[in-house]
Amino acid sequence: MNCIWCHDVIMVETSWINVFLPPKPNRLCQACEAELHTLHGQRCSHCSRITVDSVCSDCTWWKQFMNGNDVLDKNYSVFAYNDRMQEMITKWKYRGDYQIGYVFQTTFQDCFPKIIQTKQQIVVPIPLSPERLYERSFNQAEMLAQFLPIKSVNALSRIHGEKQSKKTRQERISSINPFKLEEPINKPVILVDDIYTTGATLRHAAALLKEHGCPMVYSYTLIRG
Amino acid sequence: MTTPSTNQQHPLTQQDLALRYTGKLLLRSEIDLDDDNFQRSNFSPIPSIIRRNFLFICQRCGNQKRSLFAKIPCQSCHQTHLYCRNCIEMGRVMECTPLYFWSGESPNWPQHQRPCSWTGTLTEVQQHASYKIVQAVLTAQPELLVWAVCGAGKTEMLFAGITKALQLGKRICIATPRADVVRELLPRMKQAFSDITIQGLYGGAENKDGTAQLLIATTHQLLRFQEAFDVLIIDEIDAFPFHNDPSLLFASKRARKKLHTTIYLTATPRQEHRVQIDRNKLPHVFVPTRYHGHPLPIPTLSMCFSLRKDLKKKNPPARFVRWISKRGNPARQMLIFVPTIGLAEEMTPIIANLLLSFGIVTQQSEVTSVHSEDPNREAKIKSFRKKHLRVLLTTTILERGVTFPSVDVAVLDAGHTVFDEAALVQIAGRAGRSSDDPTGEVIFFHDGKTDAIVHAIRSIKQMNSRGGF
Ligand SMILES: [Zn+2]
Ligand SMILES: [Zn+2]
Ligand SMILES: [Zn+2]
Repeated sequence: MNCIWCHDVIMVETSWINVFLPPKPNRLCQACEAELHTLHGQRCSHCSRITVDSVCSDCTWWKQFMNGNDVLDKNYSVFAYNDRMQEMITKWKYRGDYQIGYVFQTTFQDCFPKIIQTKQQIVVPIPLSPERLYERSFNQAEMLAQFLPIKSVNALSRIHGEKQSKKTRQERISSINPFKLEEPINKPVILVDDIYTTGATLRHAAALLKEHGCPMVYSYTLIRG
Repeated sequence: MTTPSTNQQHPLTQQDLALRYTGKLLLRSEIDLDDDNFQRSNFSPIPSIIRRNFLFICQRCGNQKRSLFAKIPCQSCHQTHLYCRNCIEMGRVMECTPLYFWSGESPNWPQHQRPCSWTGTLTEVQQHASYKIVQAVLTAQPELLVWAVCGAGKTEMLFAGITKALQLGKRICIATPRADVVRELLPRMKQAFSDITIQGLYGGAENKDGTAQLLIATTHQLLRFQEAFDVLIIDEIDAFPFHNDPSLLFASKRARKKLHTTIYLTATPRQEHRVQIDRNKLPHVFVPTRYHGHPLPIPTLSMCFSLRKDLKKKNPPARFVRWISKRGNPARQMLIFVPTIGLAEEMTPIIANLLLSFGIVTQQSEVTSVHSEDPNREAKIKSFRKKHLRVLLTTTILERGVTFPSVDVAVLDAGHTVFDEAALVQIAGRAGRSSDDPTGEVIFFHDGKTDAIVHAIRSIKQMNSRGGF
């Protein structure tokens, strides 16, 4: 078997435990694996950002901006953003190398129980616009959602383009909501996306869901940017 | 010749399109036409990935390795199918989307009466090689290997052959392994052929349409061509990545026309080519002397017993320190080759301090490191050339292609596996490049001679003796 990222051959060690259990799919070699860092240590209880404060300055800003009532109840992210992660995401999303998504499968599944879970939740992946989906042939958020053990519903669609990476947080949230509700959901929702950067995209989605009767909206993202 | 712009007011004629797309093999997304114009034009599709006897084959890059194909549940065609991971950096090749080639009329490339504006002269050995190249072009001889020592002046040797090809209305591509070399070659070629449109094609190039009669491209760019070139010149045939990547060989074969001349350039041919030469299977011409008539500098060996231990502790080896303090010509700049990126970065401040203490440099900033992952590589090479930088610590990235007129060359840990025979010959070939300073010190610091070191020195001596020294 070869490392998905560097193509080096991966040696699968046989110990007497994995004689009986099939080994976990080891998709990265040790060297590449070591370059991805899961978030740990002190982090913001609301958005997973590494900080010494219990709630970070970003989240304080959001709470104030939304008059004390942030539409996003909580975000949990798995990985930190570093150069290697950025390269992997670029290749996965923008070059369209679908396989790379599997690199994150095990960790994304394993970390899932850590976020607040209640009964009867629904996972909703952040959608791409139809044009972008046609271009890329897959939605990275949908791929991530499929790794999770609970029901995933494409409750949202996207009517405006994705290109807003240069905008500030304020500009992003003040622009028109890019999403359209396809199906109202009256159970708690966990939004899934690849990256939490300013949090504006997720809050647009959360606001729309809540306007139509959704009681709680969390987000579970691969990376805290 | 003008290049049609993409935001055209007038519809493009089939002739415009022929010029732009002839000889290309492209994904639909690489063809900058709206669907109407596309459908009205003479593009023919071919399957992009074929399955044959349990094999998958990518038709753009020739990849057949199963581990470099993957499946995607495609939401464009709503089926799960293959895509190629090998050539994905150049746009994704998917089973559901074909590759297109231009099947309309092929343009007639102009015949240029006197395309060459270069007025220099060639040495006798250069003239001999140049003549062989012209003959190869003239008779559409399929292959010719030009074995020219580092500093032989191979670019100038190509001028007559390129001139002949342009006079005959042929299309020419010079393919070279690295973008650095394309950037260095392009202005020289534009100067030598001042009335000819010449384009440089590489990853970061501004103009990527590749429509000129004469192209200088990185070897990877050949993946976008099919039956395009009458004359294909492949520079540094022995170098990474051409030597290691079968898809580049595949692409170079596809990029040339059925009737073609392929010219290989190398200073350090690999075993397979030497065998072919010895068996008279590959026509070749040997250029044993440098253009300035001086022999290749022969590396000095310096044994350092605790070399790797020293380097681990970031101590410059004692013999290296002594060499630095007593160079014959302290005015020369220095290239110091090290085996790894980490070592290049770690040793830079230490060596800078050393040089400061000897008064060889006056500021820390005259010493820096450069390697393949360095985003400022281009700028640093430029400033070394302008002599703002005095000393460069480098990985094998500067072993070839880029030349400086007056340098001394040291290799720290020459016995490391990254320094194979070809690399060491190339590194030694960095010294003594200009006729104003045709010698230069080359010194290999090692902790035990490797086969590569022994063979490299033997091969340099052989080349010198074939050159009459
Ligand atoms: Zn926070
Ligand atoms: Zn391919
Ligand atoms: Zn498809």
